[in-house]
Amino acid sequence: MTAYLLRRLVSLSLSLVAASLVIFLVMEVVPGDPASFMLGINADPGALAALRLQMGLDEPLPLRYLAWVAGLLQGDFGVSYTYRVPVSELISERVMISLPLTLYALALSTLIAFPAGIIAAARRNSAADLSVMGATQLGVAIPNFWFAMILVLVFAVNLRWFSAGGFPGWDAGFGPALKALTLPAIALALPQASILARVMRSSLIDTLEEDFMRTARAKGLSRSQALWRHALRNALIPVLTIIGLQFSFLLAGGIIIENVFYLPGLGRLVFQAITQRDLIVVRSVVIILVFAVIVVTFLVDLAYAAADPRLRRQRR
Amino acid sequence: MTRTAITAAAVSILALGLAFGPAPALAAKNSASIGMQLEPPNLDPTGGAAAAIDEVVYANVFEGLTRFGADGSILPALAESWEISEDGLTYTFKLRTGVTFHDGSAFDADDVKFSLDRARADDSTNAQKALFADIASVEVVDPATVKVTLSQPNGSFLFNMAWGDAVIVAPETAADNAAKPVGTGPFTFAEWVKGDRVDLARNPDYWGEPVSLEKVTFKFISDPTAAFAAMMAGDLDAYPAFPAPENLTQFEADPRFSVIIGSSEGETILAMNNKKAPLDNIKVRQAITHAIDRQAIIDGAMFGYGTPIGTHFAPHHPAYLDLTAQSAYDPEKSKALLAEAGVTDLTLTLKLPPPSYARRGGEIIAAQLREVGIETEITNVEWAQWLEDVFKGKNFDLTVISHTEPMDIGIYGRDDYYFQYADPDFKAIMADLANATDPAKRTELMQAAQKKIADDYVNAYLFQLPRTGVADAKLKGLWPNSPTQANDMTGVSWEE
Repeated sequence: MTAYLLRRLVSLSLSLVAASLVIFLVMEVVPGDPASFMLGINADPGALAALRLQMGLDEPLPLRYLAWVAGLLQGDFGVSYTYRVPVSELISERVMISLPLTLYALALSTLIAFPAGIIAAARRNSAADLSVMGATQLGVAIPNFWFAMILVLVFAVNLRWFSAGGFPGWDAGFGPALKALTLPAIALALPQASILARVMRSSLIDTLEEDFMRTARAKGLSRSQALWRHALRNALIPVLTIIGLQFSFLLAGGIIIENVFYLPGLGRLVFQAITQRDLIVVRSVVIILVFAVIVVTFLVDLAYAAADPRLRRQRR
Repeated sequence: MTRTAITAAAVSILALGLAFGPAPALAAKNSASIGMQLEPPNLDPTGGAAAAIDEVVYANVFEGLTRFGADGSILPALAESWEISEDGLTYTFKLRTGVTFHDGSAFDADDVKFSLDRARADDSTNAQKALFADIASVEVVDPATVKVTLSQPNGSFLFNMAWGDAVIVAPETAADNAAKPVGTGPFTFAEWVKGDRVDLARNPDYWGEPVSLEKVTFKFISDPTAAFAAMMAGDLDAYPAFPAPENLTQFEADPRFSVIIGSSEGETILAMNNKKAPLDNIKVRQAITHAIDRQAIIDGAMFGYGTPIGTHFAPHHPAYLDLTAQSAYDPEKSKALLAEAGVTDLTLTLKLPPPSYARRGGEIIAAQLREVGIETEITNVEWAQWLEDVFKGKNFDLTVISHTEPMDIGIYGRDDYYFQYADPDFKAIMADLANATDPAKRTELMQAAQKKIADDYVNAYLFQLPRTGVADAKLKGLWPNSPTQANDMTGVSWEE
């Protein structure tokens, strides 16, 4: 297990180095000078030169890369070109929206998908199964931004139960903050729940047909006892994989939903930073997302081991 | 057990929904939420060109010596009055007394000297440094009097001092204005939740007439669909520059809202690269202007909102000349001019920045040019790319853009400006204009300048960008026009 962990850690850091290099170079190739973006079309050339100097844009490329990486290692992400505050400050503000939103959506998705998938598998071909399958088919097909707009139209514009978007900040209290995240979380969760429910169902059905399930019934367990005690745990591996992927997808992919609900999350930050050529922010956020995805993948690997003792033994 | 688990899950989901019932009704309103499309990158109007900066802080947080009124006139602000010497070189400003900055420090002549010297210094990053170019020296006469000496007479000096880039800042706080603006205005900066909103609060110590609103929130909602939903849901009280003209009829039909159509300082043009063959041939440029049907673009891209223009000047300006007839829609004449110029099989690049006037308008222009035998290659570009490629690199044939700075016809006299005109005769007119202080003479020169660029067919002038706003029908006092980039909230109040 220790050797396995070490191997994973080395590959994790190598991926990070490779990612940092790619991210840095891609940002350099993108046309557009941050300084001229800030000063606009009436800008005085002298003021432009002064600003470029101030922003350190005239230093050679390798030096700037090394300075960036050295800063990252010390937890210093640099100072945003446009906002002129430390990037770490910007990111920590935004993570406080994106991370709770992701977890909220993931929780909703799991809460919906598990019961739905289990019912569908346990009562295969029943009316319940058919309706779950039908609903999830629809859920997979509906794009989440469209669903988000429908939610806004129904619950914000017509019923006025929710704001159409925005985020009051956690200072405003837990209730209002959670309320502001509810519609976005539902919009994000529903398509994910549909996928998860379908995976849960087919994985459970496969497991239910295994020999050990027949043995469990033979030793006197009822159908539902056998399902809960033996089948569910065995069916979890593919479901965990999907949850891990969904977490990364939701964290990095909330950008469209954040735009629909004008939530000041990481996605909006990256989106704005790209159009304003705030390259330092783009780089830092992207590398953090890469880091998060790698860590989550790693955690999912660990979760496999917890769910399946055979994996633990093999890896020792 | 299965069932209890499922029931528990279902109940918790339902409870989550029910916990957030309808919001309680608000008490009498003395605050306003204003929607804006772009978030300002920082809040220092003296350190960036982004229009969004001025749209939050101009007249609300910061004030200059002079200021723009709602109709574009120049009014006294921190300068109570001024005297101009006979030769037009010396301006003596009498400053208001009893004015304090939001941090409590007193405002006086030293602050004026500091602000003007800072803006024109060598290491200044003021985006509109040209506004201060003619200042030779700034002298403090006494705490309430400042004498500004110019190196040459400048008829638009008072106008220049009204810009957001020329506001007065305090030496102690100037460096922090980007994140924590400290000015002398009727509102103080309260909070900036980045990516979401900026809150301003009423300044109890304001020198002038106190404002009616206790709190103003600027919310940044760039997506037009989201902006529409936010107005409809009542999250916003006004959206002074609403990004989607196609939604305006829906607001007009709804008694809860009033739609405010005004004029902006945005001359929307089809800019041409005057030094690049065959656009260096005036006949080709003239042919392009005659190929364009302005009304079709206004109807198609702007849903009918917009005033056709025939030169680079705002139609609401008293000195405006209507020269649209000179470049009227006439495809036959256009074809004849192209034949005269000996140009056949012409293909031009057309680069379009993100705003809908450019993207939609560009498609219509491409179709109109095809009618006279000019093909276009359309490239959609982001702003940063436009600045790099078109503005700086001059790597384009045609582009559609709105020049939103007030009174910016002077750009036609700039060397190396992106459409590469810089005609010596035009520069001479501009030099005379700078020296002229007599109003009649100034009008005459401004008209000569308008005529000159129309005669040279520098660009194809399309329409004046409208300012299309939506507001709660009870919210009064918003500026209908935008003589400068601003959302002046000083006169805004709720109707009883």
